[in-house]
Amino acid sequence: MSWINEKGPLRDVVISSRIRLARNLANYPFPPVMKPQHAAEIAENIRNSVIGRRSSQGLSFMFIRDVPIVERQILVEKHLASQDLMQNYEVSALIMDKDEKITIMINEEDHIRMQCILPGFQLNQSWDILNSVDDMLESQVEYAFHDELGYLTSCPTNVGTGMRSSVMMHLPALTLNQQMNAILQTISKIGLTARGIYGEGSEALGSIYQISNQITLGLSEEEIINNLTIACRQIIDKERMARKALWDANGIQFEDALWRAYGILLNARVLELKEFMALLSQVRLGVSLGLIPKLTLEDMDYLMTIGQPGGVTRKAGRMIDGNEIDIARANVIREVMEGILKTKDIS
Amino acid sequence: MLCQECKQKPATVHMTKIINNHKTELHLCEDCARQRESFINIPTFSVNDLIASFMDMGQAKPAFEKLSPSKCAVCGMDFNQFKNIGRLGCQECYKYFGDELGPILRKIQGSTQHTGKVPKRSGSALLTKKQIQKLKAELKKAVEIEAYEKAAELRDKIRELEQSQGYSGREQQ
Ligand SMILES: [Zn+2]
Ligand SMILES: [Zn+2]
Repeated sequence: MSWINEKGPLRDVVISSRIRLARNLANYPFPPVMKPQHAAEIAENIRNSVIGRRSSQGLSFMFIRDVPIVERQILVEKHLASQDLMQNYEVSALIMDKDEKITIMINEEDHIRMQCILPGFQLNQSWDILNSVDDMLESQVEYAFHDELGYLTSCPTNVGTGMRSSVMMHLPALTLNQQMNAILQTISKIGLTARGIYGEGSEALGSIYQISNQITLGLSEEEIINNLTIACRQIIDKERMARKALWDANGIQFEDALWRAYGILLNARVLELKEFMALLSQVRLGVSLGLIPKLTLEDMDYLMTIGQPGGVTRKAGRMIDGNEIDIARANVIREVMEGILKTKDIS
Repeated sequence: MLCQECKQKPATVHMTKIINNHKTELHLCEDCARQRESFINIPTFSVNDLIASFMDMGQAKPAFEKLSPSKCAVCGMDFNQFKNIGRLGCQECYKYFGDELGPILRKIQGSTQHTGKVPKRSGSALLTKKQIQKLKAELKKAVEIEAYEKAAELRDKIRELEQSQGYSGREQQ
């Protein structure tokens, strides 16, 4: 079962917390210039170092070339692997645990990109887990490490700690109040960066943002996490206040809008991605305020992953596109929502 | 007609836009129309652009004056290639492009000194390496002052340390 169905602290605003570490093996060229033979050796080396150890039960290894295309897309949609890993499918590989909390990407932009993702606001816990995965791997292989520059990465924007810590947040009230621009500008001044996760270009579909550290060198891992934690706590407080203020100011109109979104999500026959994300965002807002008691935040985040193009295609069982996807999405969402509601009526 | 954006409220704002010689009509409710006007722009972040822009900020001058760009003797990548793809070829590139990378790192990262985690393996090898260097210096001094007993002692210690390091302490090219 995926972490997405687990409870997590401050889940009303924070969907997930993720730490990612970039590592390279000593004495091999970095992925952008390495030969296929290097890549094969590295994948084999890491596979042997991780799989079959007592401490790594539940981890499985896969070459991306053996993973069906739809499943590759789903891995990206669930933030378990990157698009870059899929582009390197001829030589890349992935190690993943059964809860989908720990993944190790092999032969992405660096030889190793490992991550730990947990539900809600759990940056420190995520770092503790990943730090021990890193220790375990480091006892088996030799990393490219420089006395002054730290862990060496193929892109100098990752050198040092090689750490990218990020928090995925649902910020519908701040978005509605048009406060996001100011927030994004402020956090960029303290070495953090934010972007919309779903959608292309400047869109932030579903008012979902990822906030992460930009600087990887000159700060310790704990300092990086601490800076991000402080900024996120402020954003969480602001979002919670804005939600309450919106409800207080608009009363029944506010409730009406969220329940209408719920009605459409549960009954639509055609659902475009953009509309789906907007409705989901509204319903999630209602759930977070206890307004829509039949669903949980975990249900909402689960619906979000299965409503993405890969998730919908898998459910359909064949390659579909365009209008067909929108129809399939409406069907999947309706079915799953009805299923959730039914189990709650019984209990 | 319902609003095309939210599909919940009646469309009262009708817009026509010409994009690439293509006429598109938009029918929105008042709320969605207002949101569209003040649409939030989140700057997208491209690492390549970032590195390129930092390199064009005056720091590239010394590189231009060189007859040929710096080249990594291990993987063969030269600095112009790095500028184009924004990625280094191997760990030794950091050494060969040191002069050019320093200012870039200071701008992107604000620092050139790692203060975080140190891997136990390379870290302890590093410490041993430093210890061996120190002992070798002592050995040289001992030989100079003809303190042969002391020198033999130091030589054994060095040998012991070098053997304890195994393959991870081997000099990397
Ligand atoms: Zn509308
Ligand atoms: Zn190189």
